[in-house]
Amino acid sequence: MKSGAAAAVATPVAVSIAHPARSASNRFEAMRSAVSLRHVVVLAGVLLLPLAATPFMLFQVVAQSLVLGLIALSLTFLGGYGGMVSLAQMTVAGIAGYAVAVLGFSSATEISLRWPWWAAIPVALVICSLAATLVGWLSVRTEGIYTIMITLAIGVAFYYLVLQNYSVFNGFQGMREVYPPKVFGVAWRDPVPFYYLSLGCALAGYFLVRWVVGAPFGIALQGIRDNPRRMNALGFHVVAHRVAAYALAGFIAGVGGVLFVWYNGLITPGSVGTSWLINILVIAVLGGMKHPIGAFLGALVFVLLQTFAIDLFDRERFNLVIGGVFLAIVLFSPDGLLGLWEKLRLRLGPAQRLSHNSRRS
Amino acid sequence: MKATKRIWIRSAFGAAAAMALLGSAWAQGQPVKIGLLATLEGPFAAGGADGMRGAELAVKQRGGVVAGRKIEIIKASSDAKPDVAVNATRKLVEQDKVDIMVGPLSGGEGIAVKDYSKTQPQVTFINGGSGAQATTLVNPSPNFFRFNTEGGQWMMGLGKAALAKGYKKVMVIAEDYAFPYSQVQGFMAEYCRLGGKVPIKAWVPLGGKDYSSVIAKIPPDIDAMLVVLGGADAVNFLNQYEAAGGDKPILGGSITVSQDVLNYRGKRRDSLVGTLSAGPYADSFDGAEWKAFVADYQKTFPVSAGGFPSPSLFAYVYYVNMKAALDGLAAVNGDLSNNQAKYREALSKMVLKTPNGDVRLDANRQAIGTTFVTEVVKDAQGNLTTRVVSKVDNVDQMLGMKKEEFAMGSRDVPSCP
Repeated sequence: MKSGAAAAVATPVAVSIAHPARSASNRFEAMRSAVSLRHVVVLAGVLLLPLAATPFMLFQVVAQSLVLGLIALSLTFLGGYGGMVSLAQMTVAGIAGYAVAVLGFSSATEISLRWPWWAAIPVALVICSLAATLVGWLSVRTEGIYTIMITLAIGVAFYYLVLQNYSVFNGFQGMREVYPPKVFGVAWRDPVPFYYLSLGCALAGYFLVRWVVGAPFGIALQGIRDNPRRMNALGFHVVAHRVAAYALAGFIAGVGGVLFVWYNGLITPGSVGTSWLINILVIAVLGGMKHPIGAFLGALVFVLLQTFAIDLFDRERFNLVIGGVFLAIVLFSPDGLLGLWEKLRLRLGPAQRLSHNSRRS
Repeated sequence: MKATKRIWIRSAFGAAAAMALLGSAWAQGQPVKIGLLATLEGPFAAGGADGMRGAELAVKQRGGVVAGRKIEIIKASSDAKPDVAVNATRKLVEQDKVDIMVGPLSGGEGIAVKDYSKTQPQVTFINGGSGAQATTLVNPSPNFFRFNTEGGQWMMGLGKAALAKGYKKVMVIAEDYAFPYSQVQGFMAEYCRLGGKVPIKAWVPLGGKDYSSVIAKIPPDIDAMLVVLGGADAVNFLNQYEAAGGDKPILGGSITVSQDVLNYRGKRRDSLVGTLSAGPYADSFDGAEWKAFVADYQKTFPVSAGGFPSPSLFAYVYYVNMKAALDGLAAVNGDLSNNQAKYREALSKMVLKTPNGDVRLDANRQAIGTTFVTEVVKDAQGNLTTRVVSKVDNVDQMLGMKKEEFAMGSRDVPSCP
């Protein structure tokens, strides 16, 4: 890794770099200058949101968006920075969700092992990270559409596994009554605690991705995205970098998966079915893959449409609205909502790129 | 000066009092919001749409008004997945603030919504079409009511009818989840007690396309097959079984020969003629209330407007549950105060008049009602329909067993090889 960083610094022209490499002394200074009023306002807004929003909006709309956004973030990281579009991110999240249900508590008393939460959750995250590593190891030797195909195949295989296996996954009925533990005397599934829990995880995931893509590993990853052969010639282990990216994305998706199973209180094969595999891709593309915030924006629009489209339009045909909005966004802005935002900025004010991982050729 | 002031104060008081009176009168005449959840997407989309028709019919029969309060229906859709059903229900309850909730349609959804209902004690939940035993048998919720009988109850009487036809050995082919477990239990509870044998059960995944491995497993010495598959699965199985040259008679589950399967326009649908099945309703039952119900359905939702030739199972159960919700509301004169306490008591004690006879609730707020055993026949126009073989009244959830010996149906319970 050290040599990777050195190489990236030595050959800045050869690879695309997110942030110019800085020495340790002025990094803190740069961080402080990076925090602007905008950040403070947004942070205050999300922290104080529970004062303004109804429990329903907080739980079903905002918290669900944060959780789905976290899962989509793992795809944004893989796709936007690693150039690998994986359809198996919901599968990885589902593996974490099933692991929590199987290791911890659920209604399927003959299956669940009733481990305490501090054992069940870390082990679940390790399991899903390992599973993601395996998925990566199987699929990194492919490119583009073949990656999509192989990860889709893995996702569908997992769906049928959980649908037909009864001894571990309880088949079609899945596992119910999978709730967060009561820690510090807080009922974590109540709207406000669950909101802060998912907000904390989402912020952590967001800043983790921001940090990683600026770190030597992330820079090397973007180099591999842009020109794997050249990176290989420079001495980088392309496959190892890609598999590591899968593992990290798997961990992020796993955290999202655990939150999602707590949000729903249950997990069934339907939670890891094809429709959800594709929904995660829709969320990521809808928001825009050029910046980690895109995943959360996409999730918010997705959840709002899923929840309220039925009020706007003929109740038997509301899915037309959902499909129509998705189509319109992607048609008018191939970079999703972030692309729209950027267009708006270009028109209204001085150009300021929100996307910070665009290819430079 | 003083007098004018007093007049002012008096008139202010008077106005306030008048406002208060008006206000309470207004509260009395306020609309009652009822949430209606069915599957307008996914595998039961056709059944879900018909369920909505059934519920709408019940509202229409009361002219949309109960005890001077307008009935406002807010619809939501799911795709038969429990998490989607809970999200849709939560939106109706917490965002749209419905007073009464009617739904959902399928078994897994019903259990999940029942679990959710415990967190919303201010709303009364009435089932839509779901028929899983566990909903009211395991951890029942004090504000969840079910006025339709469930999957196990729907099969009472079929075992007896099968033995009367001379079927002594029956193979079970059913989907692998809670609802078919209940159906198979309802059949076997009676069938095994009367001496029938079930040597082999094949549990197939929901939404399966290929039944060749199951068809290959059918032993040659059985007399009939009990097929508990829904919608497209049933049609796929029947097609493949015919293509493989199978000729064993079929006993159908309650949703195997529902109207949406009878409407199937394939060449081989004639093979369904003679099939015995059981369920909470029968197309050709000649009770006067039933005939009136069917006529009303056909008039309100003609085939040209998307209705079925006669109401499906889901239309019927949604109708019954919505009717219960409205009858209860009428019984308390629209009074939903005090966390709906009076309303719930009225529901618990109600003897509901349904098109198929009276329905009462047991201690778990689960219906005790009528089951029909039917046979598929072809009518004069060439439509497939059903003929009533027998009618069993007052079927309860224990299926004729004592409470101590009753165990919920599963893959291995009951068993009589």
